[in-house]
Formats: sequence, C-alpha cells, structure tokens
Amino acid sequence: MSMWSKKEETPAPRPASAPPAPVIPAAAEFKKETVPVSTTPYRTPDSDPRNTATIGKSVKVIGQIFTKEDLYVDGDVEGTIESQENKVTVGPNGRVQASIRAREVVILGQVQGNVEASDKVDIRKDAKLVGDITTSRISIEDGALFKGSIDIKKAEPKPTAAPVVSTPPAASASAAGASAVPVGAAGIKR
Amino acid sequence: MLPEKLRSIFRPAGEPVSSAGTPRVIAPGSLAPRKSSRSAAPVSRQSRGLEQFFFNIRDVVGLSILDLSGATQENIDFLTNLGHKLYSQDIMRSMDDAFGSDLAEQTNVSRIDYFLRTNFDYQADTLDGALLWDSLQFMGPALLNATVERLYEVMRPKSYLLAFFTANERATEVMSHSFRIGDNKTIVLTERGSRPTAQVFNNRNLEKLFGKFESVKFFLTRESLREVIVRR
Repeated sequence: MSMWSKKEETPAPRPASAPPAPVIPAAAEFKKETVPVSTTPYRTPDSDPRNTATIGKSVKVIGQIFTKEDLYVDGDVEGTIESQENKVTVGPNGRVQASIRAREVVILGQVQGNVEASDKVDIRKDAKLVGDITTSRISIEDGALFKGSIDIKKAEPKPTAAPVVSTPPAASASAAGASAVPVGAAGIKR
Repeated sequence: MLPEKLRSIFRPAGEPVSSAGTPRVIAPGSLAPRKSSRSAAPVSRQSRGLEQFFFNIRDVVGLSILDLSGATQENIDFLTNLGHKLYSQDIMRSMDDAFGSDLAEQTNVSRIDYFLRTNFDYQADTLDGALLWDSLQFMGPALLNATVERLYEVMRPKSYLLAFFTANERATEVMSHSFRIGDNKTIVLTERGSRPTAQVFNNRNLEKLFGKFESVKFFLTRESLREVIVRR
C-alpha cells in the first residue's frame, strides 16, 4: 500500500511556460530572530510568481489587457496593457506593440509604444524601447536602445488620513481649500 | 574571390580633397565604424561648449532637450534633475540603420526623407535645446544640409544647439564617441570606433552651414575639436 501512496505523492511536472522558481535566500538569512517580530502576515514580494500573470513566449495577444496583478509578457502583445497598481515585465522574448500603463515597468525585450509608470521604469541591457516615457523614476542600463522622450513626473504624495479633530466651521473650510492646491509637481511645468 | 563584405573592408579609401568645404570622395563600404585596436577607457574632460549651453538655459525648467548620443543614465539623470524633458536617441545607430555602410546612400533623397521622418519627427518649434555632439561631422553634404534644415524647423527661436567638429582639416576619419554628461561643464567620452568624415569643417563652412540660424559661437579645444554653440 505504501508503495501506491508513494507514487501518488510524486509532484506533477512544471509547465514549460511557468515562471522561474523564487530564489532561495542564502543560509545566512535564516538567522533566528532575537527580537520580537510583527504578528502581521508576511507580505510576499512583488515578483512572487504566484501573483504574476504570464503571457508565454509562444502566445500572441491582440487587444486590451487589464490586470490587477503583476504581468510578465514573454510573448507578443499588440494593443494596450494596463495594470495601474502593479508591475509589468516584458521578458527577453517579449515583443510588445502597445502602450503600457502600470505602477512599475521592467523591459528586457522589445517595446514599441508609450510607457507610463507611476513609480518606475527599468530598461535593461539589450532591451529596445521606441516610445515616450512618463514616470517618476527611470533606470536604463548600458546596451539598451531607447528612442523617444522621457518626462519625469514626481509622484504626488498620497493624502494621508487626517486626524479627527473637532474644528470650527471656518477653520475646516480653509483647510479644505488648502488641500485642493496641487502639490509635488514643482519644477516640471514650464 | 572575397565575399562582398570583406571586399568592402579591403577596398582602399578615396582620396580626400584638400579644399575646404568640398565633399570628400570616400569609397563605398567605408562608412561603418571601425573598431580601434585597443578598447579605450572612458575619458573625462572639460567642455566650454557644454558649459555655455547650460549657461544659456540656466534658471529655466521644463525645457525640451534633444540628446543624440543615445540614452544613458547619466544624461537622463542630469537633464531631468534640471527639470527638463528629454528627447533621446542614438543618431549614429539610426544613420547606420538608414544608410547602411555606403556613404553614397547618404545622397539618396528617399532615404534622407525616411531618416528625417524617423528621427526628427517633431512638430515645429518643439525643442528648446539640442545636444548633437559629434554626429553632424559624419554626415555627407546632402544629409547634413537636410538635417540642419530640419533642426531649424523643430527648434524654437532663441534656443541653442551644441555640436562638435574635428578641427583637423586633414583627417580623413576621426573617432566617434558616446557622450555622457558629468556635470554642467564636464563630459565623459567613450570611443565608438573611427569613422570617415564626410566633409572638412572650418569656421567659415560652419557659419555657412548654420546660415539661417541667428548666431554661431566657436570654442577650439586642445583636442583639435571645434565646439560650436548655435543660437536658433
């Protein structure tokens, strides 16, 4: 019996298009904690493959892609890609003819289209991007080919929840007026 | 019998014409950059032209600056930290893509038109500054004149461009470089192989080349280089 059950435990083969397994940290990182740790659940890193949708290198998509999780494109995409709160990665085999809007965009393959990232654009060696970039931060490696414009827009600080303080009506009205003034874009507009 | 590529490499270069302003006749196939025998390390040097360029656009933010040296982290950081919008492209690579290795192709009107459409497709009066570096000196007369004419259209009045030309009028080919901005008066040059110069450039030729522009200012460097600031 034990022999049969052993056979059932054999793991299924990994699909060819599956993303690479997460890198195992060095043994030194597994030190026993000597300080009290937070009880909040461990947040998986952004590149966790379990939270990443993947377009494999033999896949071609024509149309609009909206996603609420990270996206890894190693195939062909024509149209638009939108992942406002997440990361879009164009893999080394990826060929994208689309505009991309995301929190973070990493390019290792070829992109023809405009890229808009609220946080960061990362263009790696041997990547090719033809299009206009609008982002807060940009990183480009030597060997990458870029043709287009780069417009750095500093991210506006997110409005923090104001502490509940009882204020007279006049004071609260002036505070509301002040918060309507745009902040954080100084030095960019002509 | 050598293959075509090898034959073009071993073909002797054309005789340069010594008279200033006259295009040199260079053998077809000799346009592609030649790798130097040893890989040179990046060299940092002061640039009066660059200093003047940034002096001219000081205290202003939100300008549109064209950089033809190809996108580098240094140039992106420097220009965007000044609050400018950067237009970037590797014009030498685009020239190779458009005209191949044959200098004669630089007289082909349809190819010149394609080159301008794919590389200078900006609306009129878009650019507030242009860092052309050493790219113009590798253009044949027809391509050069068309490019300068196009630059005149896309640059705003009172804007500036910076260009470098070899001051050695006998040189038949010179080293091309990629240029990284160190600070407002320092550039870091990395060799990209030598290329034939298509024309001889002296002050008089350059004034004629930029004749439609408002003014031309020269800085002669110790490296036999003419740094030119041109005001649109």
